[in-house]
Amino acid sequence: MFEGVPLTWFLITGTIMFFVGIYGFLVRKNLITILMSTELILNSVNINFVAFNKILYPGHLEGMFFAIFIIAVAAAEASVAIAIIINIYRRLVNIDVEKMNEMKY
Amino acid sequence: MSILTLFIIIPVLTVIGILMSKSHMQVKWVAVVGMSLQLLSAIALIFLYLAARRAGDMAEVLFVQDNIWYQTLNIHFYIGVDGVSVAMIGLTSLVVFAGIFASWDIVDLPREFFTSLILLATGVFGFFICLDLFTMFLFYELAVIPMYLLIGIWGSGPRHYSAMKLTLMLMGGSAFILLGIIGIYFNSAPGGGQLTFDLIKISKQHIPIEAQRFLFPFLFVGFGVLGAMFPFHTWSPDGHASAPTAVSMLHAGVLMKLGGYGCYRVAVFLLPDAAHQLGWIFLILATIGVIYGALGAIWQKDLKYINAYSSVSHCALVLFAILMFNQTAMNGAIMQMISHGIMTALFFALIGMIYGRTHTRFINEMGGLMKVMPFLAVAYVIAGLASLGLPGFSGFVAEMTIFVGAFQNADVFHRVATIIAASSIVVTAVYVLRVVGILLLGKIKNEHFEEIQDAKWYDKMSVVTLIFGITLIGVAPLWLSDMITGGLGPIMHKLIAAAPVLMK
Amino acid sequence: MIDFSYTIWILLIPLFMFVVVGLFGNRFKPLVSGIAGTSGLFVMWILSLVTAYKYFFVLEKAADGSFQKFLAVNIRWLNLTDKLHIDMGILLDPISIMMLIVITTVSFMVHLYSIGYMDGEKGFMRFFATLSLFSFSMLGLVVATNIFQMYIFWELVGVSSYLLIGFYYTKDSAVSASKKAFIVTRFADLGFLIGILMLSFSTGTFDFLTLTGQNSPAFSTGGGVMFLGLSTMTWSMIFIFMGGAGKSAMFPLHIWLPDAMEGPTPVSALIHAATMVVAGVYLVARLFPIYVVAAPVALDVVMYVGAFSSIFAAVIACTQFDIKRVLAYSTMSQIGMMMFALGVSGYGGHEGLGYMASMFHLFTHAFFKALLFLAAGAIIHAVHSNVLNDMGGLRKHLPITHATFLIACLAIAGIPPLAGFFSKDEILAAGHEKSLMLYWVEMIVSGLTAFYMFRLYYSIFWGKNQHYHHTPHEGSWTMTVPLMFLAVGAALAGLIPFSLFVSSDRMPFVSHIELGIAIPAVLVGLLGIITATIFYRKETTIPDQIFNALGGFSRAAYRKFYIDEIYLFITKKIIFNYVSRPIAWFDRHIVDGSMNGMAYVTNETSERIKRFQSGQLQQYALVLISGVVLLTLLFTYLWTN
Repeated sequence: MFEGVPLTWFLITGTIMFFVGIYGFLVRKNLITILMSTELILNSVNINFVAFNKILYPGHLEGMFFAIFIIAVAAAEASVAIAIIINIYRRLVNIDVEKMNEMKY
Repeated sequence: MSILTLFIIIPVLTVIGILMSKSHMQVKWVAVVGMSLQLLSAIALIFLYLAARRAGDMAEVLFVQDNIWYQTLNIHFYIGVDGVSVAMIGLTSLVVFAGIFASWDIVDLPREFFTSLILLATGVFGFFICLDLFTMFLFYELAVIPMYLLIGIWGSGPRHYSAMKLTLMLMGGSAFILLGIIGIYFNSAPGGGQLTFDLIKISKQHIPIEAQRFLFPFLFVGFGVLGAMFPFHTWSPDGHASAPTAVSMLHAGVLMKLGGYGCYRVAVFLLPDAAHQLGWIFLILATIGVIYGALGAIWQKDLKYINAYSSVSHCALVLFAILMFNQTAMNGAIMQMISHGIMTALFFALIGMIYGRTHTRFINEMGGLMKVMPFLAVAYVIAGLASLGLPGFSGFVAEMTIFVGAFQNADVFHRVATIIAASSIVVTAVYVLRVVGILLLGKIKNEHFEEIQDAKWYDKMSVVTLIFGITLIGVAPLWLSDMITGGLGPIMHKLIAAAPVLMK
Repeated sequence: MIDFSYTIWILLIPLFMFVVVGLFGNRFKPLVSGIAGTSGLFVMWILSLVTAYKYFFVLEKAADGSFQKFLAVNIRWLNLTDKLHIDMGILLDPISIMMLIVITTVSFMVHLYSIGYMDGEKGFMRFFATLSLFSFSMLGLVVATNIFQMYIFWELVGVSSYLLIGFYYTKDSAVSASKKAFIVTRFADLGFLIGILMLSFSTGTFDFLTLTGQNSPAFSTGGGVMFLGLSTMTWSMIFIFMGGAGKSAMFPLHIWLPDAMEGPTPVSALIHAATMVVAGVYLVARLFPIYVVAAPVALDVVMYVGAFSSIFAAVIACTQFDIKRVLAYSTMSQIGMMMFALGVSGYGGHEGLGYMASMFHLFTHAFFKALLFLAAGAIIHAVHSNVLNDMGGLRKHLPITHATFLIACLAIAGIPPLAGFFSKDEILAAGHEKSLMLYWVEMIVSGLTAFYMFRLYYSIFWGKNQHYHHTPHEGSWTMTVPLMFLAVGAALAGLIPFSLFVSSDRMPFVSHIELGIAIPAVLVGLLGIITATIFYRKETTIPDQIFNALGGFSRAAYRKFYIDEIYLFITKKIIFNYVSRPIAWFDRHIVDGSMNGMAYVTNETSERIKRFQSGQLQQYALVLISGVVLLTLLFTYLWTN
């Protein structure tokens, strides 16, 4: 169904997602949003994997597998991160990242 | 298995015993038993050594044991002793034994205290028996590090500052030593073949002169820091002032000797050519140290500071004698280490006991203590007289050997250095008698002192042991001197080979 | 050959006494330690007398008719170099035996005396223990077989002197006096040590037998000029003499001796009059052949220092009011005469008259000076003061002390036939041969000696009748017997034909009284006595008038020529304030400061750097990402080109 869509389009989408993610990571103050930004980054990578796999090595499945791995890891990471965020919220009643500077010098 | 292994095993077992003890009393008694065994084995070692020598065993080192420890780098657990190390082991076990009794009334965390103390002792023993540079360094570090805890936790005054300063300076020295040792390692087989840390094997090689010249300052300064060489001595007054009694004793009595011993055994022994070429720089520093420490002591008001500066002066004399490069002075250097070790341990023990009773260390606040604590006061006078080199105590023997030895170098530079160093005996008399006069004699300054109790049995135990040590050497020095001379053969051989003109 | 190895007991007995009394003395009554010490000394005294008898009368002489000089005991103590080693042993020759007798006799008398004098003092046992230590060290010094053994015991007598001067340790003046004595002599001993080092380096031996024997290496090796145009041997002998001068209180190292009178009086009698302070004389006498042959310049130094000290001290002695200080300066003056006699002496036979005279004077001086001190002790004991102004008219209260004191005064003034006359006459005769000027100096000294001794005598026993709180009375028999014994010695010791026993080459010779010298000497002595009689027998104002007439000079003499002040200035002001204090400052601020400075720099650097560690997650991420971007750009740039 995607026949004829050139690789570049996928890559552009991935790049845009990646930088949106980076921007969000750097700028947003809410921990949940930051987590969402990391998901965006991960998914942009997934797109690249799948696209490259499909177009450069049509007979192979490694790219697909990697994408699935990343999805699984991202799920695990998200759950851990949310657990941490919830704990932080319980302690500080706040999830603003700028307040989380306990570890400074 | 060599008898020397006992010197590692006994302290380790003692530490385990201490950790398993239930009460404070048990901790102390385990420590006492362990260190008594250690002292006994040291005495046995001395006799065994003398007997072996008398039986005609002329090997360079005796009681050798050699296990491979880490094949890749050719590191061995290689132990063995000659006359010099036997003497140093005797010193160490005596001081540690007395130190246990001197810290009898430690209240806070005695288990941890004695553990660290004995770990420290283990390091020192290991250092003296090892003949492999790497394991030597390992034990050296083992001896230095518990010091931080001992001063930082059980110390007094600005203890964190002192502990930090002491540790950092000594670690700086260690870094130099490590560099020097690695340098020697990579030059240990100039003719090809396997590199080695084996002290005896290296001493048979001739390390290239350029390498020697590069490495000698590192090693000498590195060990010199621990030996309180001017101008790297400032950790010593602060460290001693803050350290608890037994730690001061061990530190000044034994640990500082690692410095002198290292200079002798590693720096000069393995790098004799560089020692000849660069020795004069350090000789100047050592001479300054001798007179400087003594003059510095005159002005101090705190008992421990006085004694720390006095130690600087006496330890500088050790380096001074080593750098004279002849057998008599070398012998004197070792004797001075032993003599100073026992004597200064006695001093610090007494200072600790006096402090424990008067709660001050400032001499101006005390006076007339002879009346209220005659035992401790007389012991202090004895320590003082030993310190100023009175015949009949070990200090005299050591100093005279050094001066006679130093005087054998007939050039003007060495003569002037010798005379300057010798004049320190007058300055020593001044500060010792000043303290004795202010502290012990005269009238009692503070009426609270009237209620002070004299020494308890454990205080006496510690003091008497040490006094016995200095008197024994002072009255009958021949056996010790001959034992040490017996161990000096190889180093003299190397030094003579290095500079045939200078030697007699 | 007779076996003399038993002489070791003369040394071991006091050592044993010291250890036992020192460690266990307080288990017994105080008196026990006194009796033990005294009886030990008695045994030693008998042993010494026996030794002297056997040595001088029984032992056969050497082939050339001289007394033998040999080692009775010799034990290796320490090996230094392949040539140098220290031995401990006993060397017997006429002077060491003479010293044995002097020391044991005086020490025995002082022990006996002290039982009475020190009765009831706190530290009675400590006193006797230290006295034993002193006897041991002093005997060890005189019988030393080598110069290093001498040095060892030299230091030990120094410390026993320190302990005994500071006996009353709660008294500040005693504490500082003991400190001063030790440090001054220690300073002198530094010279001694350097001298020994130089001597042993050039001769390769410490042994007296080798050093002073026929073919001594000292005679052959001392050649080369070393410094200031003097040979090595001369310098080493001057340095060694410095040690002797310190112990014997020669100018300018004499300052400790008057202060040392803070010690108990028996101690002053034993140590600071009869035995320890003559150690310097003994040292020069011991090394005399080297002085004569290899270092005549050093011997001249001995002569001048001795002569100057004798007149210097005699002048000061005339102005002092503390009875013990007068005696102390008198001691210094007499020792100066002994040194002078050694300095003018030559070697062998009649040439060596000065040597013999010096030893003779040492011998007689020990008797009368110990007697003077013990008598002074009896006086102090009776009136509880040692200032002359508190005394007067005591002859009725203290008859025995009075009589013995008078004998001692006459003896020291050189009135025949008492001991001092003979020895002093020999000294003057020896001086006359060498230098006429110094001869007259010594003549003046004898006059002054007679004057100040009789000044003392009259001020104590005659003069004004003092009112005393308690009527003064004689001490117990233990105090009076030693006085009488020593008085006999002071009276008769001069009659011994000393030159038959002691001489520079150990060869007996006969010496005569030279009337040409003896008569003026006696006249000068009498003149001094008569002057003192006029001035002090009755209370008069003449002394004050003369004192004022001399103005600045007499004030300076009264203040001991400000030598103490000069020393104090040098030590307190210069060394303490301008050397030690800056060093302490330098150490704190420069040496330690640089170490702390290094720590500060490290600390400060990390203080600056740590700002990066802000704890802001997004800041870290920004840095990370910019880093990645930068690196990507860099690598792209590098790889594309």
